[in-house]
Amino acid sequence: MRKRYQWIKEKLIEGALFASALFSIFVTAGIIGVLFFETYEFFKEVSILDFLTDTQWTPLFTDKHFGILPLFAGTFLTTAIAILVALPIGLVSAIYLSEYASDRARNTVKPALEILAAVPTVVYGYFALLFVTPILQRFIPDLSGFNALSPGIVMGIMIIPIIASLSEDAMHAVPMGLREGAYALGAAKFQVATRVVVPAAFSGIAASFILGISRAVGETMVVAIAAGQQPRLTLNPLVPLETVTAYIVQVSLGDTPTGTIEYKTIFAAGMGLFTVTFVLNIVSYWLKKRFREVYE
Amino acid sequence: MNRKLYNKFLDKSFTILGLVATLIGLVVLSALLIDVFTDGMGRLSWQFLMSYPSRRPEEAGILSAWVGTVWVMILTGLIAFPIGVMAGIYLEEYEKKTWFSNIIEINIANLAGVPSIIYGLLGLGLFVRVLALERSVLSGAATLAILVLPIIILSTREALRAVPFSIREASYALGATRWQTIRSQVLPAAMPGVLTGAILAMSRAIGETAPLITIGALTYVAFLPTSPISSEFPYISFQGIFDAFTVLPIQIFNWVSRPQKGFFTDAAAGIIVLLMITFIMNGIAVWLRYRYQKKIRW
Repeated sequence: MRKRYQWIKEKLIEGALFASALFSIFVTAGIIGVLFFETYEFFKEVSILDFLTDTQWTPLFTDKHFGILPLFAGTFLTTAIAILVALPIGLVSAIYLSEYASDRARNTVKPALEILAAVPTVVYGYFALLFVTPILQRFIPDLSGFNALSPGIVMGIMIIPIIASLSEDAMHAVPMGLREGAYALGAAKFQVATRVVVPAAFSGIAASFILGISRAVGETMVVAIAAGQQPRLTLNPLVPLETVTAYIVQVSLGDTPTGTIEYKTIFAAGMGLFTVTFVLNIVSYWLKKRFREVYE
Repeated sequence: MNRKLYNKFLDKSFTILGLVATLIGLVVLSALLIDVFTDGMGRLSWQFLMSYPSRRPEEAGILSAWVGTVWVMILTGLIAFPIGVMAGIYLEEYEKKTWFSNIIEINIANLAGVPSIIYGLLGLGLFVRVLALERSVLSGAATLAILVLPIIILSTREALRAVPFSIREASYALGATRWQTIRSQVLPAAMPGVLTGAILAMSRAIGETAPLITIGALTYVAFLPTSPISSEFPYISFQGIFDAFTVLPIQIFNWVSRPQKGFFTDAAAGIIVLLMITFIMNGIAVWLRYRYQKKIRW
């Protein structure tokens, strides 16, 4: 009897635990459901062709245009600047930490870099607007108060720890035997690092790189504060523009009634954002899995 | 000979380059801290902590903001911690390798990478509109709880994985059931790791701005949620979770986006408070992890 009671209890607990694990599936379903429903409503009023090809985004004006391109141009430009900053610095830092630094140096520096990731993004926004932009304006007089350059650089610095830390993990997983083989052939440390370790860890490095892009695409507060609120189809980093994320913030700050076209636009914009980051995340996950399979 | 010298030179210069690249982040962080502290330190005072926002920068304060943050954080923890830990236990201790378990894993990895503002859209569509919770503390907390759930799940799993299998086998050998083994042996051993993850998740949630703006949290709030302790029977009130709110990062954002210079000083002072909270929480997490690693050697 006691055993039976015990068995039922065990099963009940397992069921509750399973339900919690299943909850994460509901979250994804919820995200896709909400985005899909409102986007569907949006496309009842605006044609998909206009959405993808119109070069103006003015849903908040009387003359409404619903071309997502300017917003994505803003996202693309700030992301590109961020990656230009983060990729070389992050990669060099990862090679240094994995191949050159002593264990002690690595164990001190890595946690210190984690602090960078702990700073709330609204703080980076303040820093971009009130510290980086004024400094840049001394060198580039044409730079307006809101621009893509300054938040792009600040986002890049935010992303360095992600790229450095994940790439370093991948390089660390490269078996010692490969390095020793190269040394035995007379290679110098630099050659071993760049021609053996980096190619061997390539899928892991690529995964970190793609995760960095995904983070920059979804970053909101830095661009909402420092890039401006003017959707504009441009690749000029010196003028104000607006990213997808900043637009969602802009609309959310106003009091937008449910069911209006303005309300639906943020879900359509969000759907585009979700799709891009989703693809990036899946590619990154797959690449990461691949380098694990090879060396572990 | 020449080649050897060249290689030596290459290695030396790369060491310097690598060191510079690694330290750039920390240099920028120092610049950020110095900038914020010189801007805001003078503004930090008891009056600043105890005043509502105001149209005049020198009278404005963060009372409604930090009280809102405390409300939202407590509720977020209460929702996210049990679900996250339970999901982590299931995935690490019970799950069998099937196509379905694979989907759950990929799904959680993907959720960890979804931009936070998308969670805000989920909160807006689901909690604010469909469940009609309006722009309440509860809507905000539920949104943030879902946002940090993957972090808690992943760190719980990592902590459980670090507990050696022999502990479980010993417990089974004494006749304990699976759940008894987990509850009395595995979970206590993994607790410091689980708590470290939970604290890190909370420190992430405290700084989140975008999702709460998206669900429509207010930017100008001159009142507090209903106090949980009342003077009349039954002395406890949960009305506060249905009240409108703002949080510290939103208040900072609001001040940064004003044109008047005075509000920038308020923003800097608010940032100092926010950074203090975040760093203290991270410090506790790092300390817990360090102590745990030192104390337990399997």
